[in-house]
Amino acid sequence: MLNCKEVTRRLSAAQDRELSLAERLQLKMHLAMCGGCRNFSRQMDLLRDACKRYIDKEIRHERRPD
Amino acid sequence: MTSGSDRLENDKDYLVGLRRDMLRFTRLQLRDEHLAEDVVQEALAAALTGKREFEGRSALKTWVFGILRNKIVDAIRVRSRTVNVGALADEEAGLDEAFESLFKPNAHWHPEARPRDWGDPEAALRQDQFWVVFEACLDHLPANTARVFMMREFLEFDTEEVCAELSLSSGNCHVILHRARNALRRCLEKSWFAGEGAPSC
Repeated sequence: MLNCKEVTRRLSAAQDRELSLAERLQLKMHLAMCGGCRNFSRQMDLLRDACKRYIDKEIRHERRPD
Repeated sequence: MTSGSDRLENDKDYLVGLRRDMLRFTRLQLRDEHLAEDVVQEALAAALTGKREFEGRSALKTWVFGILRNKIVDAIRVRSRTVNVGALADEEAGLDEAFESLFKPNAHWHPEARPRDWGDPEAALRQDQFWVVFEACLDHLPANTARVFMMREFLEFDTEEVCAELSLSSGNCHVILHRARNALRRCLEKSWFAGEGAPSC
């Protein structure tokens, strides 16, 4: 069984590479039982979203011509 | 009103605003005022020289930021030859200690350290104040940690490419990204989401 610390590493890795089926299953089993890690997982997704949104806001937003 | 890439030369207000946004973005990633100025200057010069290549299919700002992205990467590349980006400085060690302290000896969360439910994230992302906090949290990251994280998330490199460009082992690269993500998550939790209730495990 994965512990919570290992789960945080794996959730971070999931942002960087494709996890194997076994890795995903272990993760799923832990998340089914652990609300803290489920929140951590959602927080990772939000971080990724926020970064993308930040770029959109900063870069892709064209200043309106006056 | 001017249009297309001519605005780079003829629309002074546009150029001033663009330069300001470019500087902020570059500073956040390079953490070096002078280097950031140089990089932005180079990017603007390249945009002016190459402005006939701008075809108007993308927004002008997107095009200029594409040039800026390459200049930032060049600067990071040059620096990574002399600076060990993967070195563990005091600041990084401090983050690791803080991370370890979230867990009990059996490596499960301390009840008071459990990640919280952040509620509706969309609601947060819609608020201007959230972005002020977000930027402050990014700014709080140790410089090298920030460079690796932003290269991945803002310059949109594959993790493999980030490791290769910065001469980091893949293991160390993952450690740094995990450190950055956890630090950001903790910072946002403390500074923005503190009001939400703790979950039960």
